[in-house]
Formats: sequence, structure tokens, C-alpha cells
Amino acid sequence: MKDFVKLLRSSPWSARFGMAVIVFYVVIATFAPIISPYGETDIVGSEFEPWGEGFFLGTDNLGRDMFTRLVYGARNTIGIAFVTTCLAFLIGGFFGLMAATLGGWVDQALSRIVDVFMALPPLIFALLLLTILGTSIPILIVVIAVLDSTRVYRLARAVAMNIAVMDFVEVARLRGEGLMWIIRREVLPNSMPPLVAEFGLRFCFVFLFISALSFLGLGIQPPTADWGSMVRDNATLITYGDITPLLPAGAIALLTVGVNFVVDWFLHKTAGLRDDQ
Amino acid sequence: MDKILKMIAQRLALGAVTLFIVSLIIFLAVQLLPGDLAEAILGQAATPETVAAFRRELQLDLPAYERYLNWLFGILQGDLGRSLANQREISELIGGRLLNTLFLAALAAAIAVPLAVTLGVLAALYRNSFYDRTVNMVTLTTISFPEFFVAYILILVLAVNMSVFPSISNVSSDLGFWERAYRSILPALTLTLVVVAHMMRMTRAAIINLLASPYIEMANLKGIKRSRIITHHALPNALSPIINVIVINLAYLVVGVVIVEVVFVYPGLGQLMVDSVSKRDIPVVQACSLIFAATYVLLNLTADILSILSNPRLLHPR
Amino acid sequence: MTSNPSNGNKGEVLLEMRDLRIEGQSDEQWHEIVCGVDLTLRRGEVLGLIGESGAGKSTIGIAGMGFTRPGCRISGGTITFDGIELTSAPEETKRALRGARIAYVAQSAAASFNPAHKLIQQFAEAPVQHGVLNSSEASKNAIDLYRRLQLPDPETIGSRYPHQVSGGQLQRAMVAMAMACKPDLIVFDEPTTALDVTTQIEVLAAIKDVVHQFNTAAIYITHDLAVVAQLADRIMVLRYGNLIEEGETRAMLAEPKEDYTSQLLAVRSYQRDEMPPTQEDPPLLEVRGVSAGYGPLIKVLDDVSVKIERKRTVAVVGESGSGKSTLARAITGLLPPYEGSVLFKGQPLPPSYKNRTKDQLRQVQMIYQMPDVALNPKQKVRDVIGRPLGFYLGMDEAARERRMRDLLEMIELPADFADRLPGELSGGQKQRICIARALAAEPELIICDEVTSALDQLVAEEILKLLQRLQDELEVSYLFITHDLATVRAISDQIVVMLRGRVVQQGGKTQVLTPPHHEYTDLLLSSVPEMDPDWLDELLDKRAS
Repeated sequence: MKDFVKLLRSSPWSARFGMAVIVFYVVIATFAPIISPYGETDIVGSEFEPWGEGFFLGTDNLGRDMFTRLVYGARNTIGIAFVTTCLAFLIGGFFGLMAATLGGWVDQALSRIVDVFMALPPLIFALLLLTILGTSIPILIVVIAVLDSTRVYRLARAVAMNIAVMDFVEVARLRGEGLMWIIRREVLPNSMPPLVAEFGLRFCFVFLFISALSFLGLGIQPPTADWGSMVRDNATLITYGDITPLLPAGAIALLTVGVNFVVDWFLHKTAGLRDDQ
Repeated sequence: MDKILKMIAQRLALGAVTLFIVSLIIFLAVQLLPGDLAEAILGQAATPETVAAFRRELQLDLPAYERYLNWLFGILQGDLGRSLANQREISELIGGRLLNTLFLAALAAAIAVPLAVTLGVLAALYRNSFYDRTVNMVTLTTISFPEFFVAYILILVLAVNMSVFPSISNVSSDLGFWERAYRSILPALTLTLVVVAHMMRMTRAAIINLLASPYIEMANLKGIKRSRIITHHALPNALSPIINVIVINLAYLVVGVVIVEVVFVYPGLGQLMVDSVSKRDIPVVQACSLIFAATYVLLNLTADILSILSNPRLLHPR
Repeated sequence: MTSNPSNGNKGEVLLEMRDLRIEGQSDEQWHEIVCGVDLTLRRGEVLGLIGESGAGKSTIGIAGMGFTRPGCRISGGTITFDGIELTSAPEETKRALRGARIAYVAQSAAASFNPAHKLIQQFAEAPVQHGVLNSSEASKNAIDLYRRLQLPDPETIGSRYPHQVSGGQLQRAMVAMAMACKPDLIVFDEPTTALDVTTQIEVLAAIKDVVHQFNTAAIYITHDLAVVAQLADRIMVLRYGNLIEEGETRAMLAEPKEDYTSQLLAVRSYQRDEMPPTQEDPPLLEVRGVSAGYGPLIKVLDDVSVKIERKRTVAVVGESGSGKSTLARAITGLLPPYEGSVLFKGQPLPPSYKNRTKDQLRQVQMIYQMPDVALNPKQKVRDVIGRPLGFYLGMDEAARERRMRDLLEMIELPADFADRLPGELSGGQKQRICIARALAAEPELIICDEVTSALDQLVAEEILKLLQRLQDELEVSYLFITHDLATVRAISDQIVVMLRGRVVQQGGKTQVLTPPHHEYTDLLLSSVPEMDPDWLDELLDKRAS
């Protein structure tokens, strides 16, 4: 705990800013029903009402309160992106560590399969799959998680490869330890820093990716409040010089900036630590 | 030289195999649907005529492998099938749009590549300077922005407030180059902003990695001028990583056009694909996927081959 | 811009450092790594800088060029080269000196040559850029120097790329490159450390020859006193950034003033007597006609047979590429041999470790060259030593704790080390923990793969003595894999000499080390530098005749 406080004190302003942003978003997402004045899908006024009394940030194209939608959007967009990233890490991380530790044909087979998947542009592949499978939230999560797990696999495998060739892993092999023990006790603990950083980066990627799909009308479907689709629905306002549609887009940008700042600092920090040893 | 030719032939063969598997995946993805394809896609409310048209178009009465072979040979002869939505030839739908998309990507690349490489190399050379740190923060921020955020900000500032560029990119084939470029400038700028940040960070990382090599220290200790160290010692070895960075980002760019085209209502392939996805017009989506995927695969293949060709260890084998 | 370097009188001071202080940055704090060193070098003189890792010798050496590595800074004192004060000189002045009047030879030629250019282009770069020679003169010069340094095909070798030339040749090409402008001073930074002993001789001879021929002053940096004794007129012994002792080479070797110097001098003298073979049947471990390699085409071991008896030490000695480490991998089952077998107490072991029983695995343990990577940085000493105790011997927590304390005592480390992570230990301490981990399994044979070569010499000797004491107490056998004949002399009973995957000679220590030798053994033995300033000259004379 003390170390953590010390670590925070040594952090640059950008990382502090990033952490503050993340905490802020988590609080908003958690207490969404308390913070917002109306229900998520309630139509409470006429269309495109201006900012002001009653509707702090005006209303959207169907007359729903913009501020309420923004607050609930935090919950939905971040929640779905987080679950997707976790799933991608479970799949990609496990297979990556296993391929690196086992080596041989298992590694070859898995890596070739991943190579093929990585040869497809993810957005295009996602569009194709969503056309066929439809756009429900579970399908969205699974499709993106599987596509993204190939990237996680690549990194996890590369990191674990460097560790699996270390003498201490050979010692464990020669001692007769099983695969899971070697992954859990020898490889994983030493792969953590890059994997943690990658989690942040992958979260940003998934978050932007889902927002992009929603923006195209192919991600999270109405009436669920979601930032990407909010931009799309209210985009016409831009041509009148109204910045309302930039709010959800800005909300997306701010969180990604925050996470990226923290990850950047973390990478810097762990790279520095490695030099000292 | 033999070894190089062999390696390149290997990569080309691998690329061909990848393309083949990609086409297989794109085709087979449709088979993932359980039950009757026509009803699953068109829904319960479809009229018998549309279901029949759908079955005829996808040749659902034939076995899967036969359909795949027909599809593949059709593509090889330039026949991409017909759209379900409006019965038009897909090749006809795609032709002009593909050119538009390539024009947009090329325009963005022409601005982005020189800019990103120059900025990246400078950031690496003046590492930890004020310039480097500023650039780091700015690019970190830009890569965090969704494309549509950048696009709408540009529209707000340059199209709505200042009215210097059109907010809708209304291009058609009869326009001259400059008029076309003028109308495409906002989408191109959006793409540039997004891709420059990535490309620059990667260039910077590659150069910093290189400058830490012992042979650069050796050049310093030989009293070589800084400018010459950069041009004679760093650049010949930096070529391979920089080419790699550029091509990877070009691949990213070609795919990144999808969202930008939608924002600016740019008549390109991406917009067609998104439209077709919402109409569940499967043959068109498959055709577009195949074109995007093929471009992506080919660009990555180019990166691979160029980096082989710029590696001195491989160029001059023992 | 540059003066003719061979002018000036011998004896005139060329380089002078006064109270030099250099700081290095770690963990965002600056620490002094060179703490007020004085150094004087005269024209034509060769000065040896010697010390263990962390002595600051390399930092001082390149500071002589007015250069500091990234993360280091000169915090005090003066460096004067031929009247020019380098600490305050503008970058342009220093740049004009480097390469032209002061040259540098790095430890790793493979990394220090630019892979994108031919050798001769890199040779010509400094003289042409400094305006000393035009490029055709430089090429002619290069060929002369290549010939002088006895590189093969001196006319054409320059048109090769660095990766097309072998390590020893590349190192000589770098010496040639340093000589390109006929500098006044060359800084040699461990130029032979990465080389095999037989190759080291060639490079040493080349350096000695050109330095004398052109009357160049030199700073020779190394951790090996015997190497520097061959070249240096004067030696400075450094430790932790401080000067310990300075003196004329012969005087210092004959009569060191400081304890630390005496220890460094005595470093290769530890030796124990050979124990007679036990003649037991079957022997503890027998390698019978083993051939092994990577893939079907690359045969690294060719029909190797070795016997190891109880409580005896067999040393396998050879240079890089001799297959000695592959032998260890074949015995442990990491690389199943395609011919031959490994027998433990007369029973054949399954070729792959994957098919061996827990008990078979327990009986053969291994200690590695790099203690840094042989210990999991995330596991405390308690877990490192505790795991084999629980895994093989099924001990419960209390029993493990007791046994671990015993083991720590055996390897002469205090009990509170149990809570440390490897990152908090020194190199020697880490290697001791590796020994304890091997002992925890209660093995009958321990394979030691270059266990001392990554350690400083004094630490290495402590480890050897520890291993010897443990053998006496625990009656364990060792298979020692090493390139270092001093280690062999110190600890072995039997010696196996390997060359390109084959055993060229084997037998008792006294027998192998006493003439007449096998031809290759002789080459190997005679190439080990001795603490005698005349050793290299005498050897070269003998080989020439």
C-alpha cells in the first residue's frame, strides 16, 4: 500500500490525469441511475431541444434527455468493452502462454491459425460476421473477443517465448513439473507487466472498435444508450454548428486518452525497472 | 541472391495460400448460420418471391463446395455475382467506388507518409526534448480519438464555421484531379490525422532502437559528424523497419476508410459495404470483404518482401 | 586538422586525468561510479586498466575520448589530451580528435561494425572524413594493415560485409580500423573477452605488433590480469571506481602492494590433487557412443563416450562449437540423442526427459552459467529451494523450512536470505542459491555448465572452493563443462577434451596435463595466458619455430 502511494507520487501529471479520468468514468457508470434525472429510454421532450433548463444538454433525435443518455452510455459502452476485453484475454492469453511453453507442433498449429485470422482486417471481418449472425450484444461480444484474442495471442506468445527459453523454466521442466504449473508459476508471473499494459491498449482498441461499429449502426442496437450510436443519431446537428453530437464522441476520446496515458506511464515505469536489474 | 529469391518465392506462395484461405473463410462464414439460410437471413416476414430470389442467387440447392468453386472461378473471371437488394452486377456496383476509395487512401497516404516519417525521425533524434515530449502527448491523444470524432471536429471547424471545404464529399468520375482532391480533402485529412500518430510513434520507436546499437556508438567514437551518422549509419539500417511501419499503416488506412466514408458520404467501397451490411446483402458484403482483405494481405506481403530486400545480412549472404 | 601522430617525443605526457569523477544514473538518481581517479599516459606507452565488473574501468577508458555513455556524466575533475581540456572542449573539437588521434576498439566487433557497409568502407570512413587520406590511399592503407594483422586474403577481405567474416578476424579488422588514421592513442575495451583462447592469442599478438610498430599509446581494459600482463608497460588496478594500486607491470606482478592485487594475482592458482579412479562397475553415469544434434543435418556430437564415477569430478573442456554443452543436454534428456545411450548405475535412462521417472530426474541436477536467468526473478529463495524438497521428497512445510535452513548454511548464506528475491542478491550469491536448489534434490550427479564463467574471478574461485567442499561432505559427483583450463586444473579428476563434437583426448588430470599432449590439447593448454609478461613473446617464438 505504502509502495503504491509512493508510486502515485512519482507519477507524471499525464498519468494522474488518466487515473482521475478512469475513476470518474467508473463512478459515473456505477451510479448511473442515481446521477441521471430521467430513465435510460424515456422520451421526455420534443426532438433536438436546446441546452438549458430541464434538459441540461438538450434532447436527442427522439426527444430523450441527452445527459441521461450520456450517463447510461458510460455504463453500456464501457461495460461491454470491458467484458469483451476480458474474454479476449482469457482466450488469447491462455493459448498464447500454452503455445510458447509447449512449443513444437501445438505452437505451430495455433500460430498458423492465428496468422490466417490476422491476415483479415478486423473491421471487415467483424462486419461480415455481424451481417450473418445479426447484432445482438452477446454475439457482438463474442465476435469481437474472438477477433481480438488473436492479437492477445500474438503478444502473450511473444512475451512468454522470451521467458520459456530462460534457464529457470528449463530447471522446472527438468524437475518434471507439469505444463500448468510451469505456466502458472514460472511463465505467467514474469509476463505480467507487458500483459497488463496490453490489457489497457486492447481495452482502448475494443472500446473504439465497438463505438465505430455502433456508429455505423451495426454495434449496440437501440434503444440501449451507447455513445457510438448517439453520435450517429444526432450527427445532423453538426451542420448547424451545434456541438452536442461531439459530446458522446468526446466522452469516448477522453476515456481512451486517460487509459493510454496510464499505460504509457506504466510501460515507461516497467521498462525502467528492467534496466535496473 | 538465391537465398533471397527463395525467401521471396516462399512469401509469395504463403501470400497466395493466405488469400485462398481468406476467400474460403469469407465464403464459409455464411454457412455458420443454423437452419435455413434464406429464412434466417431474410426473416419470417419475407415474401416467397424474395426467398426464391435469394435461393437462386446463392445457389442454395447446390452443395457447399460446388458453390464455393463457382464463386471462386467467377471472381477470377471478374464476375462477382449479383446484389440481392437491387439485382445489379456487383462488379458494376464496385468498379467506380473502388477507384474512389483508392484515390482517397492514396491522397491521405501522400500527406501522411512524408509527414509521419519526418516527424518520427525528428522525435527520435531529439529524444526527451520538449519537442519529443509534446509530440508524444499529442500523438497519444490523437490515437485515442475515434475516427468520427476527428471527422466531426474537422467538419465543425473547416466546413461549418470557416466554410473553406465541403462537409460532404460529392465526387464523381467526371471531375478533374484538383476538384476531386478539393472535395476529398476533409476525409483525407481525417485519415491523415489518425494514421500519422500511429506511424510516427512506430517510426520513432524503430529509430530509437537503432540509435542504441553499438555500431552507432562506434561511429560516434570514430568522430563522424552527426549528420553523416544519420545518413550513412542509421538510415541504411532503418530502411527495413521504416518500410514496415509505412506499409502496415497503409493497410490500416485502406480499412480505416470505411468509417470516414460514412461520415462524409463519400461514394467509396466502405460506404457500399456498410450499406449492404445493414441490408444484409450477403453477396455484396462478401465481395467487398474479399477486396478489402486482399488489399490488406497484399500490403502486408509487400512489407514482408521489402524488409527482406532491405536487410544487408540477407542481401549479402556468407 | 590533425598533426602527424608519430611526432612528439616518447615520454611526453599524452593523456592526463586529474581527480576524475563520473556519475551514472539509476532509478532516477545519480551515483558516483568513478570516484576521483588520476591517470597519466605518456606517448607510446601501454597502460592496462584492470578490475572486476563495476570497477569503472570501461567508463574511464572512454572518458579518455571525452565521451560518456547515455545515462552517465562527468561530474568533476579534468581530462587533458595533448594540451586540450576535454571536459570543457566544444563537441566539434572532441569530434575532430575521435577516430583521428584517439581511436576505440570495442569488445564485440560483430555488434560494432555496421551491418550495412563493407569492412573497407568502414575502415576508410574515419581517415576520409577527417581529411587525413583520400579514399584510394585509405584502401591501400587498409590492405597493408590487413596484411600486417595476418588477415586471410588481405586484398579482398575488405570487400566483405561484417557478418561474412569470423569473430577473431572481425576483431582484427576492428584493430585495423582503429589504426586507420595512425592515432596517438587507442582505447582497447576488453577486445578479446568474447573470444576463445586459441583465437585470443591471434588477436593479442596482432594488437601487440601494431601498437609497438607504430609506437601508439594505448589504454587496455580487461578483467584478466594475465592478458594485460602481455601488453602493458604499466597497470592500474581499479575497484568500485577507485584506484587500488598502480605500478610497472613487472614490479606489480613480482611484488603487489595491496591485498586485492595479490588476490587477483593468485586467482588461477587454486588446485587440488587428482583422486584415483574408483574402478567401480557399473560407473555412476556412462555415456555410451552418443551422437546428437539439431535436425538431421547438424550433427553436434559424434560418438561420444564418457564415464563418471561416484564422488569424482569429470571436466569436459573445449572451445565454442565443440559440443560440450550439447553433451549436457543429451545427458539431461533435453536433446534426445539419435544414437547411443546414457546409463545411470548401469540402467539405461530414457532418451527424453519427458519419459524419465521423478526419481531419475532427481538424481541428475544441473547448475547453469548465468545465475541471473537460472532463477525465477519472481520467486523468493524460500520457494526456489523449497520446491524440489516438496516435489521430490514430499516434505511438509515445517520439514522444508528446517531443510532449507540447513542448505543455506551449507552454501554459507545467512538464514534470513530465505525471504529475498533474486534481484536482491549479487551474482555469486545467486549462483550459491542455484547450488542449494540442486542439492535440495539430493542428487548423485550435478552437471555444472560453465558455472563460473559469468562471475568475477574472485567470486568464481569462492564458488569452486564451495563446490569442492560440498563434494567432500556429500559425496556427490560433478560433470564440469567449461572452456577455462584454470577451472579444469582446479577441480577435476578426469578430463575430457572435445573438438568439433568429438572427444580428442580423455584421461586422468595429471596424465592429460603432462606432456606429451594430444596436438589439440597442447594448443589449448599453451594458449591460456600466464601471469608472465614474457609468456606471449616466448609462445609466439616457439610456435614460429
